[in-house]
Amino acid sequence: MLVFIVRRLIVSVFVFFSATALVYVMAANLGDPLADLRELPANRRENAIAERTERMHLDKPVIVRYFLWLAGAFRWDLGTDRDGIQINATLEDALGATLQLVLGATILAIVLGVALGVISALRQYSSLDLTVTFSAFVFFSLPLFWVGSLLKEFAAIEFNNWLADPTIAWWVIALIALLIGGFFASLLVTDRRTRLIAFGGTTAATAVALAVMSATGWFANPGLGIGVIALTALAAALGFSVLFSALEWNPVMKSAVITAVIGILSSVAFRGVLENPYPIVVIGLLVLALAIAAGVGWFVGGELFRRPAITASLCTAVATAMVIFMDRLLWSFAAYSDSVNGRPIATIGPSTPNYDGTYWEHNLDSLTHLALPTMALVLVSLASYSRYSRATMLEVMNQDYVRTARAKGLPERAVILRHAFRNGLIPITTLVAYDIATVFGGAVVTETVFGWRAMGSLLLGGIQERDPNPIMAFFLISGGAVVVFNMIADIAYAYLDPRIRLS
Amino acid sequence: MAQTAQSAGTHTVTPGDPRPPADSDAAQGLDIKARTQSQLILRRFLRHKGAVAGMLLLGFVVVLSISSIGLGPIPGWWDKNYVNSADLVNRGRPTLSVVPEFLGGGGMHLGEHPFGQDNIGRDYFALTMRGTQISLLIAFITGVVATVTGTLIGAAAGFFRGRLESVLMRITDVMITIPTILFAAMVAVMWGNKGVAVLGLVLGLVTWTQVARLVRGEVLSIREKEFIEAARSVGTSAARIIVKHILPNVIGIIIVSVTLAISAAVLLESALSFLGMGVQPPDTSLGRIINEYRTAMVTRPWLFYWPGIFIIAIALSVNFIGDGLRDAFDPRQNRVRD
Repeated sequence: MLVFIVRRLIVSVFVFFSATALVYVMAANLGDPLADLRELPANRRENAIAERTERMHLDKPVIVRYFLWLAGAFRWDLGTDRDGIQINATLEDALGATLQLVLGATILAIVLGVALGVISALRQYSSLDLTVTFSAFVFFSLPLFWVGSLLKEFAAIEFNNWLADPTIAWWVIALIALLIGGFFASLLVTDRRTRLIAFGGTTAATAVALAVMSATGWFANPGLGIGVIALTALAAALGFSVLFSALEWNPVMKSAVITAVIGILSSVAFRGVLENPYPIVVIGLLVLALAIAAGVGWFVGGELFRRPAITASLCTAVATAMVIFMDRLLWSFAAYSDSVNGRPIATIGPSTPNYDGTYWEHNLDSLTHLALPTMALVLVSLASYSRYSRATMLEVMNQDYVRTARAKGLPERAVILRHAFRNGLIPITTLVAYDIATVFGGAVVTETVFGWRAMGSLLLGGIQERDPNPIMAFFLISGGAVVVFNMIADIAYAYLDPRIRLS
Repeated sequence: MAQTAQSAGTHTVTPGDPRPPADSDAAQGLDIKARTQSQLILRRFLRHKGAVAGMLLLGFVVVLSISSIGLGPIPGWWDKNYVNSADLVNRGRPTLSVVPEFLGGGGMHLGEHPFGQDNIGRDYFALTMRGTQISLLIAFITGVVATVTGTLIGAAAGFFRGRLESVLMRITDVMITIPTILFAAMVAVMWGNKGVAVLGLVLGLVTWTQVARLVRGEVLSIREKEFIEAARSVGTSAARIIVKHILPNVIGIIIVSVTLAISAAVLLESALSFLGMGVQPPDTSLGRIINEYRTAMVTRPWLFYWPGIFIIAIALSVNFIGDGLRDAFDPRQNRVRD
């Protein structure tokens, strides 16, 4: 294994260096970087041209310039752009914004895409499957810049207008309720009667909830409250213990429920601390919650159920923490909305310039700026994950070992989670590695649509100005990410699938 | 005896068939036809509803874009062109109406400017059709170039192994490292002003890596099969093995790759043109049109919708065709679970 990793590392480094050389030579041959200076009046022209020639080493051959850049890059000095501005400083600002966008979108797309793909594979040829497959095709064919502009118009401008008077028309309530009811009903595999009951129940509950929210102006002044937190936490405890064990009152469920109750109580106890905390306090509380959950799982689980109990408790703790976090964010929403003149969903830039607010308001500020670009990127890259995981899942479900697992009497949950899903996930690691390059490309387009000055503007500016250094800075990050992710995927693949020979 | 006589004329009954045909079987009365491999593939393809719908939609878009404004010097049936401007009618709103009068609509007619007019009064239908033609042309060239290059490199790497393979695959690795948008933007800036055909060609030359990996993987698995060993053992030349034995077995994956490459090319070209780096004036493409009128989204939304709808129509139909082809060539992927 070690030999394999080392060899893989050496090849990757070699490949990456070749790629930087290729990109540099191309970037240096894009055109004339002095074109704009040749338009200057004659008295300033000579000086300006001489200065830029000196700065960009235009008097030296391209190969020499490449090695000059490479020598600088080894010291993490990426040089200056053609006007003399340090690239390092520009890159540091740009990187943070782009990484937030890229990582958030990738993780969301993987989780949602794999979940949708697996569900539609388990309900092959049902109406749910057909809907998911068809939507995946449509999303797959959407031009990213077009979706981005549409979201800007409808999810931002129109939504902000609507928030001024947030009431929902009755037919919209009916439509949303029917859609959600239909989705839940199509998840069940039972007889027609149970399914109809599920459909009716979910539809009615959603409709009532939406009507109440609409009537009380919840959307302008949202929040969850202790009741919703408690319900969600207990539902999470129930769900995770069913997922990792079974639907019965065993130590796994006991420990998950205890964790949920501790979470609910501490949400009340820590209310003062969470008023306007330092980020480190929030992280500390999360770590504390995880430690408590692990402890509860350890002690309640006992010898027999220790592992599933700890897993279920940890998942419950994370879910509960997320709901509490959401709750605090939502409580701050009204104040935040007022502070940005009642237009909370932003369409330009990664954050409000010079914004001053509490911890929660700052988080809301980033989230409302990230929401639309992330949504656009997720919509477009979701499809490849859902289609791919559906295909691998279908293939795995047909394997002999799945039939064996069923034949020896394992419950369907264990067959799917333990035997099928785990093996179905293996090929997806490769897809993640490929996709990271696509997401970086998508980020360039998305940033242009949403007016972010980040990695995308570095690349596009460099190409328009025929300036190699910003292009190389973009490539160093995006190409580096591709190389690293590909390497991780290869190693993970070899680790996850022992059939792969390492020699 | 009767059984043997009956089944002798059929080709579909295989020795492994668990149920020997009985006299009472309904199939005995039916006409059982022998079908070649390509007939089977065609039948499976035509059974795929999405693929057939995709074929119809793509055919409609192609025929509409070529017949309406004509191709080059040949005039089409549409009486306006994409250069001349006219007076703005009703602020340039689209006059296309598809809701019949008895449903409360304006009746079914095209009107003077079915897709409306842009801010200087040019007919937007003609402009969109022009953009569709160019986008289709670039996508087709890019898709074919990418597939041919990728197939040649992937097949050579998979078949010959050894040093040639490692050199070719390292080249592929280097190209995969460079994000497509960066690579494509650079070649488009360098060669994009030489015309749309050249743009299509260079975009194809930077997007073949996926096909190469796919084909190489397929060739690698096929060249280990017994029938290749048998061919080799009787002294068949490498060229004949490739053409006669390997190519027919990878042709399915190659054809599917063409469709995937074309739909990716539509989106890549439109994204590049949107960023101002693809098609250069006086040529135009769907992405370029959207870029030109993106500020008009609020005042003249139709300038934004029509080109987008055509991009989606092309990409979606090509994707569906590709899916149908994949199912047709590789029915194992589509089997129903028991």
